[in-house]
Amino acid sequence: MVESFSLVVFFGAAIRLAVPLALAALGESITERSGVLNIGIEGSIIAGALCAALAALKWSSILLGMVFGALGGGLVALVFAIFVLGLNTDQIITGTATTLAGLGFTGALYQARFGMTGSVITLPVLRSFKIPILGDLPILGPIFFQQSVTVYLVYLLIPTLWYLLFNTSWGLELRSVGESPEVAEEAGVRVLLVRFIAILSGGLMAGLAGAHLALDSGTFIENMSGGRGFIAIAVVVLGRWNPVWIAIAALFFGAASALQFVFQSLGSNLPFPLFLMLPYLLTLIALSGWFGRAKAPAALTLPWPTKGR
Amino acid sequence: MGMQDSNPWLALLVSLLAVLLTTLFTATALMLGGFSPVVALQVLIEGSMGSIDNFLGVTLVRAVPLILTGLAVAVAFKSGVWNIGAEGQFYAGAIAAVWVGLSLGDHPSFFSIPAVFLAAALAGSFWAFIPALMRIRLGVGEVVTTILMNFVAIHLVSYLVRWPLQEERGVFPNTDLIVESVRLPKIIAGTGLHLGFLVAVMLSLGLAGLFNHTVLGFNLRSLGGSQEASRVSGRSSISSLLVVTFLLSGCLAGLAGGIEITGRTFALYEGLSPGWGYTAIAVALLANLNFKAVLLTGIFFGALEGGSGAMQREVGIPAAWVSWIEALVLLSVLASDRLFRRLLGSKWQSKLRESGSDG
Repeated sequence: MVESFSLVVFFGAAIRLAVPLALAALGESITERSGVLNIGIEGSIIAGALCAALAALKWSSILLGMVFGALGGGLVALVFAIFVLGLNTDQIITGTATTLAGLGFTGALYQARFGMTGSVITLPVLRSFKIPILGDLPILGPIFFQQSVTVYLVYLLIPTLWYLLFNTSWGLELRSVGESPEVAEEAGVRVLLVRFIAILSGGLMAGLAGAHLALDSGTFIENMSGGRGFIAIAVVVLGRWNPVWIAIAALFFGAASALQFVFQSLGSNLPFPLFLMLPYLLTLIALSGWFGRAKAPAALTLPWPTKGR
Repeated sequence: MGMQDSNPWLALLVSLLAVLLTTLFTATALMLGGFSPVVALQVLIEGSMGSIDNFLGVTLVRAVPLILTGLAVAVAFKSGVWNIGAEGQFYAGAIAAVWVGLSLGDHPSFFSIPAVFLAAALAGSFWAFIPALMRIRLGVGEVVTTILMNFVAIHLVSYLVRWPLQEERGVFPNTDLIVESVRLPKIIAGTGLHLGFLVAVMLSLGLAGLFNHTVLGFNLRSLGGSQEASRVSGRSSISSLLVVTFLLSGCLAGLAGGIEITGRTFALYEGLSPGWGYTAIAVALLANLNFKAVLLTGIFFGALEGGSGAMQREVGIPAAWVSWIEALVLLSVLASDRLFRRLLGSKWQSKLRESGSDG
């Protein structure tokens, strides 16, 4: 307990806490860029966590855990897509429903499989490994390059997504659908298909975020998503729908959450709930300032087609 | 919204179809899980409505917070305000109620209880006022901010019950019990049914009157229909109407928290609400945002939650099934609303709409 606080430990923890948020928020930003606000990614995250836990338990494999975690998240997003795109239902209500469905279904499945007292599941755990050369850098090495595979995945996703969004025709189509589906359709873009892919991508990445939660902690707990899907949506706004800024916003959130460890190491009777509250307060404050002024995709949350359904 | 403007009969059909779809899905899922759906339904009905005690003391008592938060959501959604923050506003109301209730001391109930209600309503409104300001002054959408405020409230409760408001001995994470004079009287002695149910009934009738028969109600409704149209008609400024909607919605959810404290638990603790603020969305939508219908759907969900305890005890169906069934209700409402609209076609639908009035 006397372990002294160090900058390396703090930032290392901040990055670990930021990973699930970054994964979910990067995915959600794809969905939102297409003009769809999916507030059901909380459901995708918890489904991803349970599927990852079940797969990792069955095959004792981290990799299969991550694959099935992503698929679990994608499945919830598929339900969302069927309702929002197929039936043109309201995005916010449908997202609330898929969140409740995800939390309820995983809870029911977990209780049915492992009993209501919740026997502890022990899973293979994500291990951190050192990247050669970079990992040996002073200070930066241990913070950034002695992490688990999900952290490196986020490092790769940031530039990839940035490139896809701003330098490919897919990115252009995606953004045009989010700004004005009518114009995009005139130009020959298949709006519903673009949105379908965007929703599924968001779900798969939220599922990965859930897989990280389960495999990083080595267990599954009901409601372990703990509202991260909702925080990820705030992170997307903070990050102005841009992958680089989203990663920074997620890190900011991770750092605010990691503060609790700092204060815990300083003394035991400090009011920890206030530190748990801090990230949410800081996000509200950040949204009130410069970050909140960013313009969302113009067609966000609007039904499409607007008539005839 | 698109769901509030339809004919009341159509709305009823949609709700009935939704309940039917949910029942079918749930029955199938139960069979796959190795349970007998018939036995499950029997136990559910027995546990929630099998006796006067179960109906009054379990179902109706659970329905109170669901009706009140359901009304909060209905008020907001009707006017096009996406308040997903009933959960946080509920807790804000509960905090204020317990705080005032504990510090008031012993006074006559006719003074104490209104004071506590007022505190709860104000706190809920305040919790909704922050997202309102952020939307109107800064253009930040309320979906994100109301959800963030939920988490702030939940952690605030967790802080209060462990530090400043912790019970006297300082052992358990909950507050002391409020004194007798701040507790709501029972409607029927010997049951758990408290005055809060009557408050919920009166509020739902009152809101229906407010929305259908007053100028403010008309303006609020037109706010939901089209913000442009409302701006053009120039009856009242959009932002002040938006603030009224946020405050009214927050006030109802806050009152739900205050009534839960003064009527049922008499103390504040973590997890006071098992997600009522979110279930409220299903309650309001199954009622097609109709305030009077919220009474019925609130009782329906109250029965579901009340009966789930019996299902777990007697048949071994995990309690988590309930939230999964609630989500199914929501999805079924969405699906059946769309299905009806398509089946009926636009012609008959417009005819129906002409003949129907607004709920």
